Amino acid sequence: MKPQVLTGDHFINGDEACAEGAIAAGCKFFGGYPITPATEVAEQMSIRLPHVGGTYIQMEDEIAAMTSILGAAWTGVKTMTATSGPGFSLMMETMGLAIVTETPCVVVNVQRAGPSTGLPTQGSQGDMMQAKWGSHGDYEIIAIAPSSPQEMFDLTIIAFNLSEKYRTPVLIMSDEIVGHMSEKVVIPDAKAIKTVSRPKPSGKKAGFKPYRPGPNGVCPMPSIGEGYNVHVTGLTHDERGYPVMSVDTQKEMMHRLLNKIRNNLDDIIMTEDYYLDDAEYVIVSYGVSARTSYTAVDMARSMRIKAGLLRLITVWPFPENIIRNLAKRVKGFVTVEINMGQISREVERCAGSVPAFGVGHPGGAIIPPEDVINMLKEAF
Amino acid sequence: MSKQINKKEIIITGFGGQGIVLAGKIIGMAAALGDKKESTLVQSYGPESRGGACCAQVIISDNTIQYPYVNMADVLACMSQSAYEKYKGQVKPDGFLLTDKDLVTPDGDMEFFAIPSTRMAEELGRKMIANIIMIGFATSVTGLISENAAKEAVLSSVPKGTEKLNMNAFQKGYDYGLSKLKARRKKATANTGASQ
Repeated sequence: MKPQVLTGDHFINGDEACAEGAIAAGCKFFGGYPITPATEVAEQMSIRLPHVGGTYIQMEDEIAAMTSILGAAWTGVKTMTATSGPGFSLMMETMGLAIVTETPCVVVNVQRAGPSTGLPTQGSQGDMMQAKWGSHGDYEIIAIAPSSPQEMFDLTIIAFNLSEKYRTPVLIMSDEIVGHMSEKVVIPDAKAIKTVSRPKPSGKKAGFKPYRPGPNGVCPMPSIGEGYNVHVTGLTHDERGYPVMSVDTQKEMMHRLLNKIRNNLDDIIMTEDYYLDDAEYVIVSYGVSARTSYTAVDMARSMRIKAGLLRLITVWPFPENIIRNLAKRVKGFVTVEINMGQISREVERCAGSVPAFGVGHPGGAIIPPEDVINMLKEAF
Repeated sequence: MSKQINKKEIIITGFGGQGIVLAGKIIGMAAALGDKKESTLVQSYGPESRGGACCAQVIISDNTIQYPYVNMADVLACMSQSAYEKYKGQVKPDGFLLTDKDLVTPDGDMEFFAIPSTRMAEELGRKMIANIIMIGFATSVTGLISENAAKEAVLSSVPKGTEKLNMNAFQKGYDYGLSKLKARRKKATANTGASQ
């Protein structure tokens, strides 16, 4: 039997590192449906979960995989699933159910080029807007984008922590390149890994209201069978969890769902700067494209172009204020991503009158740093 | 760009099913865990489970590696003719071209090192271990990774019960490489007319 935390140096790929991060975070249930390039996450979870007293179930499709992790989460355990584009589309309806029932869970999307079956074995970042708006209705979501196998480990733990803390699905928006890339992954001592669990109710069971929020807008979450009243529905519900078909209830529920994210942006949003202090041109990027962008900044600086990188570790909620503040002092933005313009539109929106361009790619390959340099030269 | 003095880029390529990605993984692992360097492995393959074109790209460096793909390789190892045709333009003029002797016929005038890795694997009883023979060959010919690091990485990457077979395969490739180097040195000495 292997321990929960495989402390030591490993040479593993991003998918495997993601699975190890999940196990280290305390994940005890994985509802899987294998799909390239996310299969190795499911494979590793199926190998590892029995070692730590967890359960792996291979479901009949991605709809069932997503639904199963919600059910398991309500029994009190930390849950995850992993997929790629076609499966992510199938999970979208249940994503809304996870949001409205405030069910903590982690969903990994190792993005491949679409639409549809697309290029199954080749990378993309084409699902970034789907991550934000793919399910119907209005909502906030947390999505993070790892750039390396090490971050697939580290950020999966953070994804679980955010998911538990805010009782919301957290998306790990990886891509085929990072998922299948192998690098050294350093797994720390178990003691050094900080894990968070959902707020739990205490006190009287009689008259308990499962959707009455705590101070940060998040409701303590009972597990099924503990004796607290539990009512889980996709219908608009009141503090008791009972369906109430009224505009006022909708308003109250929606404001709370949105504000538990919107009022905690500083706690949720993670970014990294590279040569940003004196930058005139800001490259905005995330995931594997950030690796292109680091190299592009080095190349630009050697040509005396004052470029810097803002790497979005958290993509949703979008770090609007950081872009707005940069827009006060820089001459332009270039967003680098493997799609034909998704996050670049968000950057453009926040850049105001400062010129903002995108270096895109239809999918299937990493963007070479030379493309970023060419854009910097042409645009500015 | 930042200095890239101690950076080596490797492309290993062939058909899906030849263990190309595993070969890349073993080299990357040897560099990262054994030789304590930075290394990264990316792969490309088709939707077929075997027989399609397959490529593993490894970068080994003393510094952090950001862009993980290889433009011009210091070492290009080809396990199929079609892979050779596709990647032959992506090796530096002073780099190493390694081939499976029976599967690849180079057409250029670039010097190359050939080893009948698939035939040797068949002689050892398992065609599957041609990739490990090629790793042994690459280790001795190019010096990219240390022999000990390579052996440790092979041992921790192969299925239990096959350690001895794989070590044997590695050694065959390694020794074949040493003999090739020796022959080449002898030839070079002869050509320059230097005394023995």
